[in-house]
Amino acid sequence: MAKERLIKVDGTIKENLPNASFRVELENGHEVLAHVSGKMRMHFIKILPGDKVTLELSPYDLTRGRITYRYK
Amino acid sequence: MIYLRSENEIAKIKESNQIVYKTLEVLSKEMKPGITTRQLDQIAEDFIRSQGARPAFKGYNGFPASICASIDDQVVHGIPSDRVLQEGEIVGIDVGAEKDGYYGDSAYTFAIGTIDSAKERLMTVTREALYRGIAKAVPGGKLSDIGNAVQSHAEGEGYSVIRVLVGHGIGRELHESPEVPNYGRPGHGPELRVGMCLAIEPMVNLGQHDVVTLDDGWTVVTADHSPSAHYEHSIAITENGPMILSDHADGMENLLWPKND
Repeated sequence: MAKERLIKVDGTIKENLPNASFRVELENGHEVLAHVSGKMRMHFIKILPGDKVTLELSPYDLTRGRITYRYK
Repeated sequence: MIYLRSENEIAKIKESNQIVYKTLEVLSKEMKPGITTRQLDQIAEDFIRSQGARPAFKGYNGFPASICASIDDQVVHGIPSDRVLQEGEIVGIDVGAEKDGYYGDSAYTFAIGTIDSAKERLMTVTREALYRGIAKAVPGGKLSDIGNAVQSHAEGEGYSVIRVLVGHGIGRELHESPEVPNYGRPGHGPELRVGMCLAIEPMVNLGQHDVVTLDDGWTVVTADHSPSAHYEHSIAITENGPMILSDHADGMENLLWPKND
């Protein structure tokens, strides 16, 4: 399959959900469900409500995203 | 990128892992009712430093301690505290050490006093699953062969394997590529090659595989609060197959890892 074009957006963690998933509020006010991307799924990553993160969204499903970066 | 380590580098990684092994051995004698996990943390830190090494977890992404101590339904990343260990609990201790720029990482789940047979069996099966996975770490195999062996054994015994936490490469960093999941179909992922160093670490639950992270941002617990066990070895892939780096040295008495696993 051709590589889908991903949309990069920033958001804020609203809620910590099971299995390394989070509810994230985007800067435009929308809320999405996001999981931690592969590379960050490793041990010792601390993500808390209030943290600012970068998400990748698929243009085909804008309600779900992948957290690729956590701002310090 | 997955690094292939020279024999010299593997010797250095083994040295750090030997310090981790000895730390777990020192702690094994303290794993009794009445001690706090903070005391265990201090013992571990003092010992690691006495070996000319540095606790690898302390300060890693802000983690506040030298060991992770995870009790019963806590899976991993439990923060040492004044919590007193009680008879019948199982406690996963994860230790990391860095010496001369090379890392060691290993974990062991200890029984506190007498535990019930369900926990005992969970621990045994998790340990067996680790060794089944290690046995697949051979040149020419595929990375997912390891996770498949772990998953097959654990699920075959009626337990579940956590999905969102994985093992990892180890060497000049505590966590390197590749990710080493404890599940998956065999025959997928990168080819295993001589010189790869991996930390294989099954986390197996008595109940379902779902986990949640507590509000402290670190402690991972099972969603159904069933007990969870965690064992971890760092290994190097050699021409002769897997070499466990975090076990007792040749010729020394093995006080920790049971035989015939």
